[in-house]
Amino acid sequence: MTDAALPRRQPFALRFPSVMIFLTILALFTVGVTVLSEGFGIGVISTSFIKTLGKTLCLCLVALAMDLVWGYCGILSLGHMAFFGLGGYAIGMWLMYARTEIIVLESLSAAALPPTPQEVSDGIATQIFGVVGSSEFPPIWAFAHSLPLQLAAVVLVPGLLALIFGWLAFRSRVTGVYLSILTQAMTLALSLHLFQNDSGLRGNNGLSGLQNLPGMGDTPQSIVSLWFFWASALALALGYLLCAWIVSGKFGSVIRAIRDDEARVRFLGYPVEAFKLVIFTLTAVIAGIAGALYYPQAGIVNPAEIAPIASIYLAVWVAIGGRGRLYGAVIGAAFVSLVSTWFTGGQAPDINLGFYTISWVDWWTVLLGLSFVCVTLFAPKGIGGLVDILIDRKSPNRHGADLGPDHGALREQEAEK
Amino acid sequence: MLRFVATFLACLTLAFPATAQQADAPIQQLLQSQRDIIVESSRRTIGPAIDALANSGLPEAQVVMDKWQTRQMWVNTETGLFVYAEEVDRDTLRIFDFADGTEIGEVPDDGFDQLKPNSGIRGLIGTALVQFQLSDPDPDTRRRALDAIERGAEESHLAALRASLENETDTQILARKQRLERLLTIAYGETDAERIEAIQSFDGDLGVDVRAALNPLLSVRVEAANVLPTDPDIGQMLDPGSEQLSRDDAYALLVSADLAKPRISVEDQRNALIENIADGQVAGIQVATLNSQDARDMAYAALAEQGVVTAVATEAEVDQRLANHVFYERYVGAPPEVVFAAQAALNAIENKVAINQMFDLSLDALSLASIYFLAAIGLAITFGVMGVINMAHGEFIMMGAYTGYVVQLFIPDYTLSILVAIPLAFAITFGAGVAMERLVIRWLYHRPLETLLATFGISIALQQIAKNIFGTQARPLTAPGWLDGSLVINDIVSISYIRIAIFVLALLFLALFLFVMNRTRLGLEVRAVTQNPRMAASMGINPDKINMLTFGFGSGIAGIAGVAIGLYAKVTSEMGSDYIVQSFMTVVVGGVGNIWGTLLGATMVGFLQKGIEWFNPSNTLAAQTYMILFIILFIQFRPKGIIALKGRAAEA
Repeated sequence: MTDAALPRRQPFALRFPSVMIFLTILALFTVGVTVLSEGFGIGVISTSFIKTLGKTLCLCLVALAMDLVWGYCGILSLGHMAFFGLGGYAIGMWLMYARTEIIVLESLSAAALPPTPQEVSDGIATQIFGVVGSSEFPPIWAFAHSLPLQLAAVVLVPGLLALIFGWLAFRSRVTGVYLSILTQAMTLALSLHLFQNDSGLRGNNGLSGLQNLPGMGDTPQSIVSLWFFWASALALALGYLLCAWIVSGKFGSVIRAIRDDEARVRFLGYPVEAFKLVIFTLTAVIAGIAGALYYPQAGIVNPAEIAPIASIYLAVWVAIGGRGRLYGAVIGAAFVSLVSTWFTGGQAPDINLGFYTISWVDWWTVLLGLSFVCVTLFAPKGIGGLVDILIDRKSPNRHGADLGPDHGALREQEAEK
Repeated sequence: MLRFVATFLACLTLAFPATAQQADAPIQQLLQSQRDIIVESSRRTIGPAIDALANSGLPEAQVVMDKWQTRQMWVNTETGLFVYAEEVDRDTLRIFDFADGTEIGEVPDDGFDQLKPNSGIRGLIGTALVQFQLSDPDPDTRRRALDAIERGAEESHLAALRASLENETDTQILARKQRLERLLTIAYGETDAERIEAIQSFDGDLGVDVRAALNPLLSVRVEAANVLPTDPDIGQMLDPGSEQLSRDDAYALLVSADLAKPRISVEDQRNALIENIADGQVAGIQVATLNSQDARDMAYAALAEQGVVTAVATEAEVDQRLANHVFYERYVGAPPEVVFAAQAALNAIENKVAINQMFDLSLDALSLASIYFLAAIGLAITFGVMGVINMAHGEFIMMGAYTGYVVQLFIPDYTLSILVAIPLAFAITFGAGVAMERLVIRWLYHRPLETLLATFGISIALQQIAKNIFGTQARPLTAPGWLDGSLVINDIVSISYIRIAIFVLALLFLALFLFVMNRTRLGLEVRAVTQNPRMAASMGINPDKINMLTFGFGSGIAGIAGVAIGLYAKVTSEMGSDYIVQSFMTVVVGGVGNIWGTLLGATMVGFLQKGIEWFNPSNTLAAQTYMILFIILFIQFRPKGIIALKGRAAEA
C-alpha cells in the first residue's frame, strides 16, 4: 500500500487503531494501579507488587525493541538484554556514587577539619570497591558523579556498542543464525568481562542498593515505586509510539522487506546495511533506557543479568507474544514475566502425582521451555495470533517457493497459515 | 657361695654405680668442660657446646648428640658426670656410659637430672648431627641427612659433605651428594673461582634448587648518591617513579640516608593541624577553609614557620631532591665476579625455562583444543553437514556426562564403569537426538532461526530437568586410577594422563568421523542427502531416515564427548551451556561443513585461549573474553571460516 495513492492521508491514529487501543489500555492501567496503590490510593496493591508491575513495563519496552529488530527486521539478536543491562549499569553507577557520597560526607562532617576532595573521593571509593579489595576509582567511573553524564551514558554506551558491533557484523554480511551466534558470543564476552573483579564494576557483586534515590531518603518507597511506575509507563507509551511510527512509514516497509528478502532489497538499491545498523542501534538505545528504568526498581544489577540466557528469554517472550506486531511483544513480555513471577514465587499450587510432587518452582522453566517449542512449531504467530482470529484477518495467500533466499525468511508453508 | 657373691656384687653395683664409669674418657672430659652451658640449656648460649662436640672428632660425639636430642641424656647430680639412660620404670633408670656404650646398671633416678633440650636446641643439634649422618652406614639415614641439608643448608655442611663424598658407595646418593656439594659451593665456597666454577657447572639446569641457590647471589640494595659511583659491584640505575622504584620509596631512601627532609603523610598532617586548632583557626587560617590539600599545606607551612611543628619537604623540594640524586642497585649477595657468573647462568637457565614453558603451554593448548574439538565434533555433523542449528547440543554433552555419573553409582569399578558409560552415553544421546529430530527439527528444516529458537526451548527444559534430578551441586565423574597422575618430562613440562586420553579420544573421533563419512554407505547417503535431497530420494535413498540417523549420530558423539569432558571437569547441569558458544565458534571459525576446518578451528581457539592466559595467568575469564572478541574480529576477515567451501559444495 503506497501512501501516495491515497488522495488524503488519514490520521495516524485511524490508520493504526491498535496504537490508540494500546495507549488507552496503558493509560487506564496506570491510573487504575495508582488508585489502588499504597502511596496515593486505597492501598490494595502492595508496594512490592507495584515494583513488579513497573519492572514488567520496562521488560515490555525492551521486548518492543526486540520485536522491532527481530520481528520487523529479521535480525535475531541475542544481545539486547546486554544493552538492557548496560543501561542499568550506567544509571546504577550514578545512583551508587551519589548515595555513597552523601553517606561519606555525613561521616566526614563530624571530623575536625573540613574534608578535602581527595578524602571524599577516597572514602567513596573505599565504600564502593572495598568488596572487591580495591579503594581506587577505575577510569570508567570518571563521570559517575554527574547525573546528566551518566544519563547520556545510558543512551551512548549501548548505542555505541551496538553501532560498532553492528557495523562490523553487517558489513561482512553475517546474517541469520551466524549473526545470532555472534551476538550471543558478544553477550557472553561482555558478561564474562563484567564477572571479573578488576572490570571496575564490582565483578560478581554488581551494583546494589539502587532502589534508594540519593537525597530522597525521606521519601517512602511506596511513593518512589509509583514514580518509577509512571516513568516506566510513560517510557513504554513513548517507545510504542516511536516504534509504531517507524514501522508505519516507508522506513518500516524497507525493514520488513529486508526481513523477507534481503538480496532483493539490496538489488533495488537500498543500503541494506545502513537500515539494519540504524534499527540495531536504535533498539539497543531503547533497551538501554528500559534497563535504566528497570534496575532502580530491581535494586541490584549484576553480570548474571547480562548472561546470554537473559537475551534468549527475551526472544522467548517476543515469540510467545507474537513477533512482527508491536502489541504482541508487549503481551508476550507482560504475560510470560508475570506468569513466571507467579510460578517461581511459590504461589502456584504444587501438583501431587502420588509418586512425585511437581513443585512449580522447579518445573516452571521446563514448562516454559517446552511451551516455547510448541509455540515455535504450532503457533508461529504467538498469543497475538488470537487477535487475527478475533477480527477474522487472514494472511495474504502468497504462492511460490521461498519468499526469500535468506535463512530465516518466511517460507511458503508459513505464509499459507 | 655363688649366690652370696652375686648378691654382694649386686649390692656393690647399686651402691657405687659410678665406679664403673670412665670419668677420664675424652668424651666425658669434653662434656665436663662444657657442663655449665649444657646444663643451663639455653638456645642463646648453647652454640659453643654443640660446636665443641661436633668438631671434637670423637666417634662418641654422635651418640652423645643423638641421645641429647632425644632427651635420653642425664647428668649425675653428685659427680656431674653425663650418662645416657633408658627409663625402666617410673623410678628406675638403666644407665650407660658414653665412653664405650657399656651398661653401667640400674639405678634409682633420684640422683640424676634429665636434660630437656627445647626444640630450638634440638634443631641446632640436628644440624650438627648431619655431618655424622652423612657417613652413616644406613643409606636411609644418609638420605635423611641430605634432606635436612636441602631444607636448611649451612656453611659447615659443605666441609662435611665433601668429606663424606669419598666413601660413598651408593651411586644415587653419591649423585645427590655431588649436586648438593656444588650447590653449597655456590653459596659458601671459599674462593670466587671455586664458586664461579660451581655456578658454571649448572649451565642450563632446570632444577628449582639451582635457581634458589643462584637468586640470593643477585640480591641488591638500592642506594642513592649525587653521582653514580664507579665501583664494580654497581648494578643497574633506577628511575624514581619506575616499576622497580616508586617515587615514594626513592624519597624515603633519601630521607633515611639523611639526604633530604622527611615528608609527612596526609593523615599525620591532618592530625597535626587538628592538634593546633585554636579559636577555630590554625596558624591564623580559618579551619573552614582547610578543605583542600593546598590550603592544608599552607597552614602546615605556617605552623612550621612558627616552630610548632617540624618543617617537611614540599612537593617541589621532593622533585628537586629526586632530580639531584641517582638511584642504583648495589650487589650485596656476592663479589661482582660471582654475581656476573650467576647472572649469566640464570639468564641461560631462564631462556631454557621459557622454551620449556612454551612447550608446556603448547601441550596445555593442545589438550584444550582437543576438548573443544570433542565438544564441537558432534556439532560439526549436525550443524556443519546437515545445517541444523542445535542449541541443545551442549545439553547432550551434559546428558552424556550425567550418564557416566549414574553408571559409576552402580558400577564401583572405575575402569569398567567408563567402558560401560561410553556406549551407554552414545545410546542415550542417540535416542534423544533421534527423538528430537522426529518431534521438532524435521518440521523446521530450512528455517534455521525457528530451529534455533525451538532447540533453545529444549535446551532450557533439559537443563532444568537435570537440575531437578541431580541438584545444582557439581557431581564427580571419577577417572580410573590408571589415568591419575601425569607424564612428567622435566621440572616444567608435564601433562596429565587424562589430557592425553582426551587427546587420543579426539583423534579417534576424527578417524571415526572420516571413516563413517567417506567409507561407509551411511556416509555416502548423508552426503547425497545434504547436497541434493530430491536427487538422493529419486536414487532410492530415504532422506527422512538419513536425516534422523545423521542427527542421532552427531548427538551420540556429543554424549561420548560428555563422558570425556566430565572426567576432566565437574558435571553440572550448566556444563553444556559453558561449551555451546565455544563449540559454535569452533565450527564457524573453522568453516562450516568441513571436519578439517573444525579441527583447525578447535586448535586455533585452544591455542589462542592458552596464549592469552599466558599473558595474564590468574584470569581465565579475561582469556575467554578476549578470545571471543578475537573470534568476532576474525569472522570479519574470513566470514566463511578458515577453510571455506567453494563452488557447488558451498551451496549445499
